Amino acid sequence: MANALINAPDRARRGEIIEIKTLISHQMETGYRRSQLGARIPRDIIRLFVCTYNGTEVFRAELHPAIAANPFFVFSTVATESGTLTFQWTGDNGFSATETATITVD
Amino acid sequence: MSGRARRLLVALTIVALAGASFAAEIPLAERRSGYELMSRETRAMQDDDTANPGMLGVLDGGALWARKTGATGRACADCHGEARATMKGVAARYPAYDGTLKRPVNLEQRINLCRTERQQAPALAYESRELLALTAYVARQSRGLPIDITVDARTQPFLDDGRAAFYRRQGQLNLACSQCHDDNWGRKLAGNVIPQAHPTGYPVYRLEWQSLGSLQRRLRNCLVGIRAEAYEYGAPELVDLELFLMWRARGMAIETPGVRP
Repeated sequence: MANALINAPDRARRGEIIEIKTLISHQMETGYRRSQLGARIPRDIIRLFVCTYNGTEVFRAELHPAIAANPFFVFSTVATESGTLTFQWTGDNGFSATETATITVD
Repeated sequence: MSGRARRLLVALTIVALAGASFAAEIPLAERRSGYELMSRETRAMQDDDTANPGMLGVLDGGALWARKTGATGRACADCHGEARATMKGVAARYPAYDGTLKRPVNLEQRINLCRTERQQAPALAYESRELLALTAYVARQSRGLPIDITVDARTQPFLDDGRAAFYRRQGQLNLACSQCHDDNWGRKLAGNVIPQAHPTGYPVYRLEWQSLGSLQRRLRNCLVGIRAEAYEYGAPELVDLELFLMWRARGMAIETPGVRP
């Protein structure tokens, strides 16, 4: 069950700096832990998060094993034009999740 | 010092120590949710539904609420309808008395009773993602409502058992719950502020756990902390203690899903 919560404004003035918050459900298993029987628990993390604004990349983050479960990102961009913000998370074991948000710029 | 005077001194000391270990309960007006003892950042995380990781569990719970399951092929929603209306205030009343089992059951147990009896589906394991999600979804519908535990002739003995457990010294450290949570709340245990132990936000997203967890998980943590043998999940002793803690927090607002450090 991959769930994501996006908090981005619906409307903004042209040139305004907008804040975007994303939260995604992921266990972020480090790969360094061992089970009670001593077997290594394989790594299962999100490796990359990218946000594009009408196709233009505005934010990118590489994730590493030390990042806590359910990664939460807050970042900002400048509202240039009406359109779509696309959020994509990719990671181990073929993990991939995509969410979108629309924004109207006056 | 004469023998008699020494005996008197010993007796006085014992009386003084006994008095210290039975410090008064926290007056109703001085009760504080653990929320108020948290850092500004952690409070902000709880307050913002798009930053609160517990909401991911609530979202999952909403999906499970509508999913048909079990031999009867019924979803929670088929009987209970819109949770927003029908589940409002329910979590504030739990643990509640179950007529068949003749004892109080907590919210997780109620959900599992519904599953096994009405949906004829297997019970969900304690602390499983599904059970925590459903519990969080149901409890979320009571957010902001005051805790309202019914105490009557049927529940009174269980409440008394829970109270006794709260004030009973146990474990290798020989500590009672009350010695931290009544007598020393607001002070620090290692780096952490000791809260008053009001279960207002369960299931909570605990940053240390990096996941949702139930009140029983928290209680078992505390028991291990005082080096007592923890009861199994679902043990009647834990439910009685839950009942007492909810009664002790009566009138305080439900915060589910809470975030705790």
